[in-house]
Amino acid sequence: MTDQNLNAIERMAKVKHERMQANLSKRYAKEMRFKAYGIASIAMGLTFLVVLLGTIFTGGWSAFYSAEVRLTVTYDQDKLGLYDVSDQAQLNSANWASLLRSALDERFPEVSSRSERRQLYSLVSSVAEYDLKDRVEANPELLGQTEDIWLLADDEIDALMKDQIDRNVAESDRRISDFQIGLVDSLVESGEMKSSFNTALFTNGDSREPEQAGIRVAMIGSFFTLLVTLALSFPIGVAAAIYLEEFAPKNRFTEIIEVNINNLAAVPSIVFGLLGLAVFINVFHLPRSAPVVGGLVLTLMTLPTIIISSRSAIKAVPPSIREAALGLGASRVQMVMHHVLPLAMPGMLTGTIIGMAQALGETAPLLMIGMIAFIADVPSGPMDPATVLPVQIYLWSDLPERAFVAKTSAAIMVLLAFLATMNLLAVFLRKKFERRW
Amino acid sequence: MTTSSLFLLLLLVTAVSYFFGRKRSEMLAESVGGIRHLHSLPNYYGLMAAVWAGIPGFLALSLWVVLENTVIQGMVFSALPERFQSLEASQADLLWSEIANLRSGVLTEPSDPALLSAVQMLESLAARSTLGKTVLVLALSVITAVAGWLLIKPQQKARNHFEVVIKTLLLLSSLIAIFTTVGIVFSVLLESMRFFREVPFLEFVFGTKWSPQTAITADVPGSSGAFGAVPLFAGTLMIAFIALLIAVPIGLMTAVYLAEYAKPKVRSIIKPLLEVLAGIPTVVYGFFAALTMAPQLKNFLEGFGMDGVSSESALAAGLVMGIMIIPFVSSLADDVINAVPNSLRDGSFGLGATRSETIKQVVFPAALPGIVGGVLLAASRAIGETMIVVMAAGLAANLTVNPLEAVTTVTVQIATLLVGDQEFDSAKTLSAFALGLMLFFTTLMLNVIALAVVKRFREQYD
Repeated sequence: MTDQNLNAIERMAKVKHERMQANLSKRYAKEMRFKAYGIASIAMGLTFLVVLLGTIFTGGWSAFYSAEVRLTVTYDQDKLGLYDVSDQAQLNSANWASLLRSALDERFPEVSSRSERRQLYSLVSSVAEYDLKDRVEANPELLGQTEDIWLLADDEIDALMKDQIDRNVAESDRRISDFQIGLVDSLVESGEMKSSFNTALFTNGDSREPEQAGIRVAMIGSFFTLLVTLALSFPIGVAAAIYLEEFAPKNRFTEIIEVNINNLAAVPSIVFGLLGLAVFINVFHLPRSAPVVGGLVLTLMTLPTIIISSRSAIKAVPPSIREAALGLGASRVQMVMHHVLPLAMPGMLTGTIIGMAQALGETAPLLMIGMIAFIADVPSGPMDPATVLPVQIYLWSDLPERAFVAKTSAAIMVLLAFLATMNLLAVFLRKKFERRW
Repeated sequence: MTTSSLFLLLLLVTAVSYFFGRKRSEMLAESVGGIRHLHSLPNYYGLMAAVWAGIPGFLALSLWVVLENTVIQGMVFSALPERFQSLEASQADLLWSEIANLRSGVLTEPSDPALLSAVQMLESLAARSTLGKTVLVLALSVITAVAGWLLIKPQQKARNHFEVVIKTLLLLSSLIAIFTTVGIVFSVLLESMRFFREVPFLEFVFGTKWSPQTAITADVPGSSGAFGAVPLFAGTLMIAFIALLIAVPIGLMTAVYLAEYAKPKVRSIIKPLLEVLAGIPTVVYGFFAALTMAPQLKNFLEGFGMDGVSSESALAAGLVMGIMIIPFVSSLADDVINAVPNSLRDGSFGLGATRSETIKQVVFPAALPGIVGGVLLAASRAIGETMIVVMAAGLAANLTVNPLEAVTTVTVQIATLLVGDQEFDSAKTLSAFALGLMLFFTTLMLNVIALAVVKRFREQYD
């Protein structure tokens, strides 16, 4: 071999090395890029979460406050046309609105022209007169008396108090006149108008007036629906899981049941609504819009979740415990009931809570069975017409008033708070009772 | 007696029988020389007595309650004069609600004097039914309770009998899943059959015009009722496709990062946070899509000079749906990536591959079947999703490929056709069940395929 040849080989090796070096840095750059894609997608996912929750929270917190006006109301019998409080007909036909009007007239004696008086009267919510009625109905001795009372303001005034109305816009472009703004400012200055915690949101039923609409009926409806769901799905789900894990023979039939449960878990929820409509309502003639039917439909929907998680809880109980029980002479049923079930219970409860949270947030199947009606009366049992929280959210989201957007967000916040509590409870249970065998 | 108080009474009878059964077994035991001479513990004799007292009565009660209305309704109708006999189902329903209203006093003036006698008959039948129910259920449960009590003997295999009862109950509970599936199939299938009698199947599946509003009178224009479901299928697929376009890359990359790069601590924080997205109710996403995403998107695109962006565009609904299924894709993909054995990775590292090369050329191909299964499950989720599209997508059935226009989906149509009052004989209402049938079978197929693929994949590395 000559020097020249050696040189050539060295040169080739050098070139190759350089090429590899260049290639390597390219490969490392690729590696970095790939990693960056991963981080970017996580960041995107988290951004979506923050934006979603942020939008709802910033839009919703204002609905937890509402503007109230203090008025000095005189329950004048002649003006009302009410002499006997126990007479329901008189109570209903009494002129409650006139009390509000005269109270406002007294507060602002200087307002005289017709259009200005109309603007003055619209400061107070148009349903506030029923509050007066309820007060007198509850305390008949108020009749003829005078009292100071805080009443809900109109939703537009409420929006003004929350600075949602731009005062610099030309008067004709906003829904509140300069005159009304003047009135509100003077009321605020004298402490007769304030923003306070909106209890109406939690104590009222649905209403077409945004300032009066509340989620009480929906919460109670959700409660009854979940009660029915829990009462049915927990025992059935646990029993099915026990059967499949401990007693089922390994044959074709068991396999069919298992495949069935897995498939049911992925059936769209609206299909369960169709089932509820066709079977529970049209065949069994159960009442429409009732939490019973909702509970039944949600039971069928959550059963797969509960069965699957209960089965894994049972699976996690080590065989040694079963063998010990059997060895001491317990029958299979005794072994399961006395040993496996208590040990698997925390896991089953966790699964059930998660299933319940899923049921609480479900909307579509409940629309099918008519839980979408406008319901202002509190249901007294699971057979009464009711609506549930997510359906209430859906109903409100369709309404055009600005105040309802905030109300919807507030209702969503309440719903999310319930869901978060349930899920945290599930996590807590899992952490507390988790056992490594 | 009302059903609920009867039920409570039945529980009481059951509890009392348990007590007496237990007592009797203890007494019998004394005569033969102590509890150890009984076949089972006294507890089991009590339980068996309770089973005897409770179960027959409970079965009778539930059967009665289920059949009560139908039977009474049939009897009242058959007693009505001739002219009411040949009514259609919907008119019969109306008539029935009128009779019910007359009875409860909501209505006072009947539209036909014959209805008054029907109301009287209904009253007496209902009273008789309540009486019959009370007597039958109580008598039955007392008789069986006494029979159960008499059956108690030291030789009775109470524990074995009770265990058979328990096992039967467990089996019945697990059969509910089958009943549910059968119920779904039958309820959608039967109503769909009625629909396909009015609208030919082929016209439904291949027709391109969807306008389910049928005119009340013939002279109202534009409401002839057309049931071609192609625009709905197209709309559903488009929105689902947009959703997957968002969810699959983001979900997959998230899973890859969490499974291959992230430290355990980071993973334990990020994973639950992302799963919050899956726990948010769909109605919340719908609200977000309709009131925030759609208007913002419209403004944003119009800022680029694009015209004709619908405020109910498929894009907005699809985007939000995509966000919703990100955690779904990522957790499924995470599972399958973790199931790929480490020996494959180690082999690849040993040959000098970088981490991303290993992932792309080794882990990914190995996990592909599982990932495909996960994507199919996500697709079935997207196709069946209802609230987001009900709130954010349109109602008009446009056959278009432009994601900026409003389209409608199968689930939206089912929901809008069935919400509110409906008569069960019009093609309009029945079409919802036909759509439900399509939806059920499509998602079922996707699930079956996906689960089979995932199962094959798991077996490969087990």
